[in-house]
Amino acid sequence: MKKFWIGSGLISALMAAAFTLASCGGSDTKTEAPKAADAGAAPAGGAAATPDMDNGGTITGKVAFDGTAPKMAVLDVSANPVCAKAHATEPLRSEQVVVNGNGTLKNVFVWVVSNDALKAKTWQVPTTAVTIDQNGCEYKPHVIALMAGQNLDIKNSDPTNHNIHPQPTVNQEFNESQAPGTPDITKTFPREEIMMPVKCNVHNWMRSYINVVSHPFFAVTGDDGTYTIKGLPPGSYTIEIVHEKYGKQDQQVTVGAKETKTADFTVKG
Amino acid sequence: MDNRWLRRFTVVVAVCTFLLVVAGSLVTSNDAALSVPDWPLSYGKLIPPLEGGIRYEFAHRAMALLVAILTITLAVWMERAERRRWMRLFAWTAVAAVFLQALLGGAAVRLVTPKTLTIAHACLAQLCFGLVTVLAAGQFLRAPSFLKTGETPAPLVAAVALFGQTILGAMVRYGVTGVAYHIMGAGVATLLVMWAGLRIPLTRPALALLSLTFSQVFLGIGSYMARIVNVTTPQPMPLTVWFTAAHVAVGSLAFGAAIVLTMAPPVAHGGVALA
Repeated sequence: MKKFWIGSGLISALMAAAFTLASCGGSDTKTEAPKAADAGAAPAGGAAATPDMDNGGTITGKVAFDGTAPKMAVLDVSANPVCAKAHATEPLRSEQVVVNGNGTLKNVFVWVVSNDALKAKTWQVPTTAVTIDQNGCEYKPHVIALMAGQNLDIKNSDPTNHNIHPQPTVNQEFNESQAPGTPDITKTFPREEIMMPVKCNVHNWMRSYINVVSHPFFAVTGDDGTYTIKGLPPGSYTIEIVHEKYGKQDQQVTVGAKETKTADFTVKG
Repeated sequence: MDNRWLRRFTVVVAVCTFLLVVAGSLVTSNDAALSVPDWPLSYGKLIPPLEGGIRYEFAHRAMALLVAILTITLAVWMERAERRRWMRLFAWTAVAAVFLQALLGGAAVRLVTPKTLTIAHACLAQLCFGLVTVLAAGQFLRAPSFLKTGETPAPLVAAVALFGQTILGAMVRYGVTGVAYHIMGAGVATLLVMWAGLRIPLTRPALALLSLTFSQVFLGIGSYMARIVNVTTPQPMPLTVWFTAAHVAVGSLAFGAAIVLTMAPPVAHGGVALA
């Protein structure tokens, strides 16, 4: 009889722990309320700073690729019939290295490394969201950049389930499922973090990167491999490029008011 | 009650627990650990859409439920039919371990796989398998003899070393430590296994332990080489997945063999004494 009560008590305690666990934790499909309004609030004593498009400096350039463009692996998407069908005629390839037709590199994150001058100001967070779309069982775009506190809208355009799982080091990690046809999930990242990997645990070939910056001076190279950063306060800066495979490079650039400087990079393959 | 069916049932539980360990390894190797982001339901349902990584994760959860039911059934059966108190205690310990393992798995999902929880989940999985191995072996063997007669503790030391390798392997898998410690541990564990296996007359459990451990070394090399070859691939490659799963599976079997050898009393003429 004693054993019965001890056993029952133990099982009850374990079940209570299970119910408690089931009701806590953050991995569900709730969407968070947009926080752009809060993040963009003016600091005490003045409005948040914005890029000075009329009088600020501009840094522009391109990221060239030196070498033979590597052939990207064909991804095995057979685990999901929807994904297999979407790529029945044209196989889905990794976007780890995308060399444009003009010999430049796509998906390179370019930013002005946060220095004391930039950190001294509170920069206005855009109210428009940056969107990442799960489309054709891949993330589009492959690399995105947004400001700390800016809304990230996560969309699922596919007729299948996805789960979005960023793996930050200084921001809050989350993992949420997104069924087809469900509303966008909106998230924000409050801390600066470069090349945060994102994956989908349902489709293990899906990869993207999110860059979170505390100021608005950044860009991601596109199909022409170029970037332009406008509205910089006059001064000396470190311009850094970051690529998921080829790592980082940087240059020192000094730009004056209404001045345009060019900072080209070459990545060796 | 005829103990033949109890003996067979313990073997079934041990086999299912082993398959559960393998299923768990496939979840990690296929990067599917969080493909089902909720717990205890799956996508809010009992059965989720079975696509992509969800197939591995749901299979793991279904196996876990089966093992939990089997383990509870075994404990209740042993409570009624097993005369040896220590066996009944191990059976209920196995039940508690399985419940705790389920909670760890659920916590890893709800809290988005913090490394400590996932490593604990991997290690407790091996302990669960060890416990049911004791129960199964206990149906065929007597209690560990060295505790009474002062026989060598070598097999127990080997079992502990192999479990230590499980901990190091899990730490490597989840990026907490480099592979060097696991490789050094493999050397130490292999020497201890040889001490355990070669010191005692070469019984079947000893032969099994030696064979499995040596195989494990080669599977470990294969897993490591597969990872190096596929380090830049954008998704888990079959070679890496299967080598790693085999490495985990054989590691479990080696651990189980060490436990059986611990329990098997030495016999002068090379046989194994039965209970």
